[in-house]
Amino acid sequence: MSKENLVLRLNRVSCKGCGICVAFCPTKVLKIVEDNKCKIIDLEKCIKCGQCELRCPDYAIYLEEGTDGK
Amino acid sequence: MENKALLMQGNEACVRGALYAGMKFYSGYPITPSTEIAELSAEYLPTVGGTFIQMEDEIAGIAAAIGASIAGKKSMTATSGPGFTLKQENLGYAVMAEIPLVIVDVQRGGPSTGLPTQSAQGDVMQAKWGTHGDSAIIALSPNSVTETFYLTVRAFNLAEKYRTPVILLTDEVIGHAREKIFLPEAGEIETFDRLGPLEDRPYIPYGVEEGDIVPRFAPFGTGHRYNITGLFHNEQGFPSNSQENAQIMLQRIHDKLNGEDIIDFESLYCDDAEYVFLSYGSTSRSAIAAVNQLRKEGYKVGLFRPITIWPSPEKQIKELASRVGEICVAEMNLGQYFLEVQRLACGDTKVSHMGRANGDILVPEEFVARAKEYFNER
Amino acid sequence: MSDRSQLVDKYFRVDNLPHIWCPGCSHGIVTRALTKAIDELDLDPDKIVIVSGIGCSSRAAGYLNFNTLHTTHGRAIAYATGIKLANPELHVIVITGDGDASAIGGNHLIHACRRNIDLTVMIFNNNIYGMTGGQYSPTTPHTALGTTAPYGNIDRPFDLVRLVEGAGATYIARGTAYHTLQLTGYMKKAIAHKGLSVVEAISSCPTYYGRKNRIGDAVGMMQWMKDTFVEKRAYDRLDEEKRIGKVPFGEFVNIQAPEYTAVLAEITKRVEGRL
Repeated sequence: MSKENLVLRLNRVSCKGCGICVAFCPTKVLKIVEDNKCKIIDLEKCIKCGQCELRCPDYAIYLEEGTDGK
Repeated sequence: MENKALLMQGNEACVRGALYAGMKFYSGYPITPSTEIAELSAEYLPTVGGTFIQMEDEIAGIAAAIGASIAGKKSMTATSGPGFTLKQENLGYAVMAEIPLVIVDVQRGGPSTGLPTQSAQGDVMQAKWGTHGDSAIIALSPNSVTETFYLTVRAFNLAEKYRTPVILLTDEVIGHAREKIFLPEAGEIETFDRLGPLEDRPYIPYGVEEGDIVPRFAPFGTGHRYNITGLFHNEQGFPSNSQENAQIMLQRIHDKLNGEDIIDFESLYCDDAEYVFLSYGSTSRSAIAAVNQLRKEGYKVGLFRPITIWPSPEKQIKELASRVGEICVAEMNLGQYFLEVQRLACGDTKVSHMGRANGDILVPEEFVARAKEYFNER
Repeated sequence: MSDRSQLVDKYFRVDNLPHIWCPGCSHGIVTRALTKAIDELDLDPDKIVIVSGIGCSSRAAGYLNFNTLHTTHGRAIAYATGIKLANPELHVIVITGDGDASAIGGNHLIHACRRNIDLTVMIFNNNIYGMTGGQYSPTTPHTALGTTAPYGNIDRPFDLVRLVEGAGATYIARGTAYHTLQLTGYMKKAIAHKGLSVVEAISSCPTYYGRKNRIGDAVGMMQWMKDTFVEKRAYDRLDEEKRIGKVPFGEFVNIQAPEYTAVLAEITKRVEGRL
């Protein structure tokens, strides 16, 4: 699957705010914000490596095939 | 096959009955005096395409049997007192998850390791109350080799029909006695298979269809992917903490065992009896001999024998208590079913007890003497 | 449009999510890895049975969209044995925890290994009893703290890999929730293996184990896994001194041996119809 077509998605309802995705994101795309949940703060930096999806215990963040490429 | 007289032990009759009923899986652990049931299952099951496994302990014995039943096979495990105690937790699981299963307890003397080679009827209350929580159970008690065969078939039928574990509560005397038996031909007696899902509607694993008594059973691997748990669960089989749901579910598990066809008993000369022995299992054999002798001598005695021990034949025992002078509960323990009969008699008549738990079986002479004592004192 | 990944939509009972696990508990990671392994093997979900015992890990069964059986404490492997024997065409996967598998269920674990019956046992090892509130388990390290070890654990822990190797398991691997891709790979091989396979998945309990032992929160515990667990081949190359405080992960055993249900089928074929 080509990375070009992948989109980073975050379902904030499912997020329990553990911070694992934030800590292990190699390009610092994510942040835990005021409501103690993850937020995408800098999507431009995302290299679509999928580390966040692999280690999200709550299936809140994932890469999905999209058409907009964003 | 010619229907000829055979000589066999109660334990063998149990295995023959299980195979007749369609047993395809046995798992257990060796324990006296039930071991022949495992040995013969090991020998016969593979010859009918079934599976035997000796597990690492009693707990695994019942757990594997439940697993096999979940995969759709009629399953059995057998044990005796100490092993029966170890099986209690998973017996409760089968009650809660409504898994058909037959558990044979060939009773021996206890508590603890007790008297491994001698008979007892000390597990009667354990059969009823042994597993924790408000469990509901069926227990059947045969008093002969022939009856062991038929009650084993019945145990499977009830397990399948009511989706519940059924205990065959036999004892060392019945398990090891050798008696003449005529086995029925295939198809001669009815066997029952659990009902599968209806094809024209979505499968609700723990929902009861209109007109049914219990939820329909889909064996694992047949395309209905659902959850089974020992937790209180909703109709979909998923854990539920709802107190309302727990109440409904538990009530249903109890109410389903009100089926009229579950209760079975033998009543001998009870119609005009003044003095009635209430006895079951091997002990009832001595009672029958005594009652027949006493009747010849003109004494108005009778025998009431619960064949379905649990649920107890409440209606019949209450009726008996309303019109006889005394009910003497004779059993090889220090007073267990006695408590149940006392409860049911509820002061309507005197309920006495005759029993011991030292391995020494009750003999007819003791019954005769006991009855004569009653008539002499009257 | 769904708000879950395709993988989660496909293999989870999404109506039952979010799961009961604490924030940062690795069990969710390990469970996802298992579905990924199943997906890559392209197995028929109708033929997959998940059997679990009791404890945090065992709650995984209820979230997975297969035939799922949540049994009694320690007994999952015994139930699974019955299912596999009754229908050998099923893929029977046990999900269990360190306490469930190696304390109360230790006997069933070793005997299933000895039999080499075709089951896959996934042990979610978080070194603690989480469900009951942080008591020490058979894998809690010596001197570590638990709510029942307030002055340090006196017991010495099991090395689960060596335990099941001694008992006769024919495929054994250890992975971690941090090293997720490798873990998925081991799970794949374990499920495909004919015989008793065990994957010890190092998981983490930040709520009890991490906090009690000052290893840290969810992130701290993932960092601990990253720092502590070393791929087996790299570990083997380390000097003895450098191995201190490190634990190897990887594939430890992968051998073929007669499998129980296959041998049983041969016997049945031989004697069927004899009586």
